[in-house]
Amino acid sequence: MNVRTLNWPLWVGFLLTLVAGFSYIAVFVRYPVTRDFPWVNLLLFLVAAVFLWKGIRRGFGRDRAHPVRSKILTSIFATLGIAVIALFLFSYFVVARWLPASTGAPHVGQKLPEFTLSDTNGRQVSLNELLSAPVNGQPPKGVLLVFYRGYW
Amino acid sequence: MCNSELRGIENSLPSFNQAGIRPVAISVDSPQESRDLMQKAGYTFTFLSDPNAELIRRYDLLHQGAGENGRDIARPAEFLVDRTGTVRWVNLTENYFVRARPETILEQGKLLQ
Repeated sequence: MNVRTLNWPLWVGFLLTLVAGFSYIAVFVRYPVTRDFPWVNLLLFLVAAVFLWKGIRRGFGRDRAHPVRSKILTSIFATLGIAVIALFLFSYFVVARWLPASTGAPHVGQKLPEFTLSDTNGRQVSLNELLSAPVNGQPPKGVLLVFYRGYW
Repeated sequence: MCNSELRGIENSLPSFNQAGIRPVAISVDSPQESRDLMQKAGYTFTFLSDPNAELIRRYDLLHQGAGENGRDIARPAEFLVDRTGTVRWVNLTENYFVRARPETILEQGKLLQ
């Protein structure tokens, strides 16, 4: 396949969808500005979609050296590229919102129910203790509890 | 993903210290798993274990079957509690990828007496 028959927009578009998808998990999720709304990735997907569209037009054009092969390859990789885009959109906008409503969670103004949990050394630590052990040499002004999914 | 949030807290630890706020991370991980995570990621604040999700269930934060192999885990949530143990600020995100930023929490921390 020489340069003239190579459907480069298709391949650029397809590779860009992969880059756009994986770079969110690998890079952009680390920074709140690109994590809370994935605008960088959406922009990359947009560019990828433009290339995919050009690739589709080229792949189905009349001037292909191997029209059948070109149509098959174009169909496969355009579909895969669109699937990657759809998967990302579905993950971010739909699956990520499948969280319990937690209507019974402690609310503002409420006294937080006492608890005792084990720290990383196996020592039992109570909320009371967290609220009284000094921070920076002084009694703490508050405690921030962060619940997270866990190591995976 | 959750590491993004915990990393932000670790990076802002001097500010939390200065503000007199003690960050505490809680998950269903065992103490050993939490220790591994702290070591690997270089976290230095307090990590507590709720392996059977008892506290998580009591606080209505259980995300049933959402963990690895269908394990029950905590949904992401942050609570800022004042020295009397009263909740002053809550963040129950509606999107897994949207988390409270340290700046926001520190801003709330300024309101604590």
